[in-house]
Amino acid sequence: MSENTQNTPRPSSSLLELTDRTKRRNAAEKRFRAYGIGAIAIGLLMLAVLVFNIVSKGTGAFQQTFITLDVELLESKLDKKGNRDLADIKKVTTFGYSPIIRNAIEAKVTGLGIDTPLKAKAMAGLLSKDAAAQLREFVVANPEKIGDTVEFRFLAQSRVDGYLKGRVIRANIANDKNISSEQLDLVDALVEAGVIAKTFNWDFILGADASDARPEAAGIGVSMMGSLFMMLVVLALALPIGVAASIYLEEFAPQNWLTDIIEVNISNLAAVPSIVFGILGLAVFINYMHLPTSAPLVGGLVLTLMTLPTIIISTRASLKSVPPSIRDAALGVGASKMQAVFHHVLPLAAPGILTGTIIGLAQALGETAPLLLIGMVGFIASNPPQGIAEGLLSPNSAMPAQIFEWAKRADPAFYERAWGGIIILLIFLVTMNTVAVILRRRFERRW
Amino acid sequence: MNDMTAMDKTMEQQKTKIAAKGVDVHYGEAHAIKDVNVEIEDKTVTAFIGPSGCGKSTFLRCLNRMNDTIDICKVTGDILLDGEDIYDKRVDPVQLRAKVGMVFQKPNPFPKSIYDNVAYGPRIHGLAKNKAELDEIVEKSLRRGAIWDEVKDRLDKPGTGLSGGQQQRLCIARAVATEPEVLLMDEPCSALDPIATAQVEELIDELRSRYSVVIVTHSMQQAARVSQKTAFFHLGNLVEFGPTGQIFTNPEDPRTESYITGRIG
Repeated sequence: MSENTQNTPRPSSSLLELTDRTKRRNAAEKRFRAYGIGAIAIGLLMLAVLVFNIVSKGTGAFQQTFITLDVELLESKLDKKGNRDLADIKKVTTFGYSPIIRNAIEAKVTGLGIDTPLKAKAMAGLLSKDAAAQLREFVVANPEKIGDTVEFRFLAQSRVDGYLKGRVIRANIANDKNISSEQLDLVDALVEAGVIAKTFNWDFILGADASDARPEAAGIGVSMMGSLFMMLVVLALALPIGVAASIYLEEFAPQNWLTDIIEVNISNLAAVPSIVFGILGLAVFINYMHLPTSAPLVGGLVLTLMTLPTIIISTRASLKSVPPSIRDAALGVGASKMQAVFHHVLPLAAPGILTGTIIGLAQALGETAPLLLIGMVGFIASNPPQGIAEGLLSPNSAMPAQIFEWAKRADPAFYERAWGGIIILLIFLVTMNTVAVILRRRFERRW
Repeated sequence: MNDMTAMDKTMEQQKTKIAAKGVDVHYGEAHAIKDVNVEIEDKTVTAFIGPSGCGKSTFLRCLNRMNDTIDICKVTGDILLDGEDIYDKRVDPVQLRAKVGMVFQKPNPFPKSIYDNVAYGPRIHGLAKNKAELDEIVEKSLRRGAIWDEVKDRLDKPGTGLSGGQQQRLCIARAVATEPEVLLMDEPCSALDPIATAQVEELIDELRSRYSVVIVTHSMQQAARVSQKTAFFHLGNLVEFGPTGQIFTNPEDPRTESYITGRIG
């Protein structure tokens, strides 16, 4: 000890005492950790706000107000000849059904003994403009019911729906020509009588979009079909093309300037704004190849272009992660290059490829911008497609496009539906990503 | 005396299996193997020794054209297997590799069952007509790999679940399943513990009765234990090639002596 101090004069220090230098270092580390935790906290807060917002604004769309009435399907109005000929029944337009509905609600109100200054027409104003069409559809489907009195559940108009959900309040209806305070009095009475009630709204999930005047009838189901057909196109094209391209590039292609250029450009493609793919799709698929506008086939083709780089990049990464010793082993026992790839490398890379594909699909599912340009935004598809050909070729919308469309419209009832649509879209995306994560976990490489 | 003559006779009968003449290997600009001439005999264990980066593994991989998978690798000169040039344009490396099997440094069983690991080679080469024949080949190969007794009850379990030494013997069984004539081993024991190493070395000695075995090793003791012929590589040159006993006791080249006595490498 004494020799040491002679040779190198250094102040003796205790391990139990921190030097200034150590203190500063520890403080810096603590600060850095705090920054990290802060960053994560901000992220989580944003997420919480987002989820709260979406859920609180969107859940309303899953509930809808209905008015249950006993409707007397008068033969004298609906089938004057009395022979139940469907062609004759179809001649009665929705206008022909309006008086029947009016009678039904008036009968209900008087039957319940509710006192109201309203005329029958104003009472019928509580029903959706879709009500007559709803009833006509029912009669055309069940002509044998003509002459009977049937219990029928009509959509309430959006103001009534809004009143029950708290969106429409009495203080604000002074200038609203769609609803009056007398009508709201009647609504209160009918709610009490159990005639007006909110139930779960399957039509929102399964139905078609509706025009501006009937937000209560609008659903996301048909555009969901549009999205489904687009995803089928993307899966059928992007997966085989992407995997084939990646296998060739990763396993077979010679290393030269050409493959380098291809590689760089694939990465570049992944970063191209999606609207550019939309313009490309408009120019090539619609203007040059004359494929139908607004068709999910075209949408799918455009989204395929967009998804390909994602799939190629993730497939190449998972091929790369298969250790070369596996390839050596296969080649060493005399497998050809292709056998080595298809018997050994590809099965091991499959979970990674699948994960990448699902994430690519999820990305494509939520994409709106390219659909703007090929006419899939703003189109109102009123009927679900019949069969695969029609699903691919007849004009349709897509879920994100539908949400965008609803968010644009003025009526707050549509706004609620936009949020509801976001919930459905998010459920799809979260499900897909969860499946991807589970696949990755389940088949995680172990060697 | 009689014994000696008998042994001499067997030595004479052992014909050349692989003959390399003037082999040069370039990796792009780097000159990895410089004018190597060597004759590898049948039914003999030949060891390649030398310091790291001397080219012994590279040369080994030339013998079954595993270097073909590396784009920038260029092989010139002649390598003859039974008198046929393996780098001839008409030679398909797939057929060559069925004849010249390979065992790698790190045990690399396929992440499949033990059975499928061994059966893969015979399957792709169509060596078995039916399941019974394939079963037979698998059992025979696992016996030759000296691992049959340990795995016969769990052939359907993954090969990756075995211990390191077992995995390496499984890989040897996999390599012999395709009925090769030459077995190339690239440091087959470097990832194994001493007990597993001893088992594999014993196996190599048994394999000598059927195959020509070429083994690359870092361990000079191992070369001395298992091989009959030894080649010493240094900086891409084949410095010395001869009977193992002579290389280790009475080397001709001073570089060999320095390496063996531990002064270089």
